[in-house]
Amino acid sequence: MALDSKTPKGPIKDKWTNYKNKIDLVNPANKRNIDVIVVGTGLAGGSAAATLAELGYNVKAFCFQDSPRRAHSIAAQGGINAAKNYQGDGDSTYRLFYDTVKGGDYRSREANVYRLAEVSANIIDQCVAQGVPFAREYGGLLDNRSFGGVLVSRTFYAAGQTGQQLLLGAYSAMNRQIGRGKIKMYNRHEMLDVVKVDGKARGIITRNLITGEIERHSAHAVVLGSGGYGNVFFLSTNAMGSNVTAGWKAHKRGAYFANPCYTQIHPTCIPVSGDHQSKLTLMSESLRNDGRIWVPKHMKDVEAIKAGTLKPVDLAEEDRDYYLERRYPAFGNLVPRDVASRAAKERCDAGYGVNATGEAVYLDFASAITRYGKEQATIKGLDVNDAALIKKLGQEVVKNKYGNLFQMYEKIVDQDPYNTPMMIYPAVHYTMGGVWVDYNLMTTVPGLYCIGEANFSDHGANRLGASALMQGLADGYFVLPYTIGDYLSDDIRTGPISTDSKEFEEAENDVKKTLEFFITNEGQHSVDYFHKRLGKIMWNKVGMSRNVKGLTEAIAEIKELRAQFWKEVKVPGAADEYNEELAKAGRVADFLELGELFAKDALNREESCGGHFREDSVELDGEQKGEALRNDKDFAYVSAWEYKGEPSDAVLHKEELEFNDIELKQRSYK
Amino acid sequence: MNLTLKIWRQKNASDKGKMVDYKVNDISPDMSFLEMLDVLNEQLINTGDQPVAFDHDCREGICGMCSLYINGEAHGPDRGVTTCQLHMRMFKDGDTIFIEPFRAKAFPVVKDLIVDRSAFDRVQHAGGFISVNTSGNTIDANATPVNKADADKAFEAATCIGCGACVATCKNSSAMLFVGAKVSQFALLPQGQVEATDRVLNMVKQMDEEGFGNCTNTGACEVECPKGISLENIARMNTEFLKASLKG
Repeated sequence: MALDSKTPKGPIKDKWTNYKNKIDLVNPANKRNIDVIVVGTGLAGGSAAATLAELGYNVKAFCFQDSPRRAHSIAAQGGINAAKNYQGDGDSTYRLFYDTVKGGDYRSREANVYRLAEVSANIIDQCVAQGVPFAREYGGLLDNRSFGGVLVSRTFYAAGQTGQQLLLGAYSAMNRQIGRGKIKMYNRHEMLDVVKVDGKARGIITRNLITGEIERHSAHAVVLGSGGYGNVFFLSTNAMGSNVTAGWKAHKRGAYFANPCYTQIHPTCIPVSGDHQSKLTLMSESLRNDGRIWVPKHMKDVEAIKAGTLKPVDLAEEDRDYYLERRYPAFGNLVPRDVASRAAKERCDAGYGVNATGEAVYLDFASAITRYGKEQATIKGLDVNDAALIKKLGQEVVKNKYGNLFQMYEKIVDQDPYNTPMMIYPAVHYTMGGVWVDYNLMTTVPGLYCIGEANFSDHGANRLGASALMQGLADGYFVLPYTIGDYLSDDIRTGPISTDSKEFEEAENDVKKTLEFFITNEGQHSVDYFHKRLGKIMWNKVGMSRNVKGLTEAIAEIKELRAQFWKEVKVPGAADEYNEELAKAGRVADFLELGELFAKDALNREESCGGHFREDSVELDGEQKGEALRNDKDFAYVSAWEYKGEPSDAVLHKEELEFNDIELKQRSYK
Repeated sequence: MNLTLKIWRQKNASDKGKMVDYKVNDISPDMSFLEMLDVLNEQLINTGDQPVAFDHDCREGICGMCSLYINGEAHGPDRGVTTCQLHMRMFKDGDTIFIEPFRAKAFPVVKDLIVDRSAFDRVQHAGGFISVNTSGNTIDANATPVNKADADKAFEAATCIGCGACVATCKNSSAMLFVGAKVSQFALLPQGQVEATDRVLNMVKQMDEEGFGNCTNTGACEVECPKGISLENIARMNTEFLKASLKG
């Protein structure tokens, strides 16, 4: 099948408007006869469910958590971008578009990104109207902060809990529709398959996680807003339950999976402390506004710090290597995430890591505390030379901005980041790859849509900070509700979709068979045993830095591990009860397939771009020596993989990327 | 460190349930409480026993899914944290730790340490929103300035994670801190004024129907709240309720 992105013709700034003017609509009376399933209730799924219900469709929404409010969007900390230009610092729709395409290392679809930038400003209006309490200045207007990879302040925020506040906004919009009976909410339900009837997505099979009951649900269209697949690495900043199952089942039913190797390793996470570790905790990128990243300049100081004979605060300024400021003077500590992560790895690989495992660098707030302290002392007319006072005043300002993050850090690490620098290290955070969608956000399966992190479309090979929330809400509030109408306008006479068809029966039987297998298999290893081993392979060989040898080995190892999993996995309990191990087994089975495709995609892409860094594709000399080398001639395309059974048999389809409004350039932050 | 755990085991909602003793060894003080339970569960799976069911998801203190009652305190002995942020350094070698589900009439036990908190969702369905459509066709976000002190208080109320520690802690199983926080968030913002009367009346009505008890001002909820939601929010809800009742 040829890949058609269905991007509208015409100048980029008019595409979305013209498109909206011309699509087919469904009249309000007919919307009452149309059902839509939404899987996932994070920012994308939650906002889509609410908006579709408001428009008049009958929505069935599903989440595996005990309430839609707990989807992992809730954990997003730093903020949400919008081209409001409230700061008057030169921001515009074009600049947000440009920054996002450049930040994504020119591997995203121009038209989608422009549309995202175009609707971004409206998101803020919408959320404020809903009562989302964004941070404000003393004059009562909204405040902004800066994020990595850009030169303007366009990030709106609510302390370090922006995702929580935005999700609660979407949740409240859902609540209004649940109360009115327009959304039927299914909590603690997990989607285990997509059902296709006559080639169209017409429903899903779910498992009630409390009773174990397998249920059939039909609809005229199915929307997946099921999040990213970072947990393929076992350790990530994702929630424990975050998984790829919905997207992967869609893939197995014919939806192409795009760019699986584009994964974001976030530079500022709390380092791993031991083998017991179950997840990693992010320290928001917003901290890089005020925190300076460094390691000691000299190996003797590294050793002294590790031995406990030297405290980082006692190391003289001239003995510190602020390596981001040194290597990237233009952007300094605010380089994009992929660049910051690789730079940390480079220093730690060279032996300059500052903790026992050698995998940590410092994020230091001392100079920000002094700067803010002096500012406050000046405002209040106090003594700017009183060091203790300056520190106290500065700490108060920092507490106001990042208090909850500092508290989280202190609880986990048992150190006080107001008085000693934080230790941080990169960790898997976000997946730019995902289910392939066209301009309408429809997958290669008619009637099956994919939104938010679960799709691939807007961030290219690297996502800029504060853009995930923007994309999730843009897709759910403002894009999908239009585009889905164009498809559903053909369904006004279809009537309810029956679940008594052979397609539903077959899908249900397949699901039951797999569950039965897990329960009866007499294996000897827990699900986590396999998940952790998969994670190790992924991190060591398909992680921040990739090469042909490692990727080839990873493919073979994952394949072997998958075979072992299907022989030796042990799942206690029964299928007809609450059984977390059983739910986990299904998710890990899918990760074991995705992981291989991921490595295969990384092997295929013989260039370095964004979060995908190939050791055999780097600049060899000049100012950019050692930096990632992109290959636009051969790889300016989206890799969309078609399922053919084993991941090794997956077939590559290319969507060539066209850049008409942005010139492809070396992505320099120097 | 080596620990004895006394854990509530209950097969399902209709089972009577009982405390069962377990031992875990070599627990690192750097582990989170839930990672310690992971160790126990791995042990149980390997010996062919049923793992202990408990709710958890984000493991960074924000989703509100985890919900244990540890040594008689919601979210355990530390302050300002959820169970997933509680670390084993709060305990000593040789300790015996009691682990129970959140208990309240409105939170029935589902299995072991998992409870059903959907009553909270239903209270929100009754009025935890501002009735604007999500079409984006609204006024510019900066068209209505909001006093910073009010905006900050609204934000503080809105940081509630809906975990239910307040209910579990309260001797009356009152949900007034939870409901008060939501009512306050909207009551403090100009956007929330239009529906203020209906909102507080409907939410309080639903709260009562769910079987939550009343507030007798002991303040235990505020002490155990992992997000430090202030009792002031209950007072504000009472004010709003009184105003609404006089109007209604």
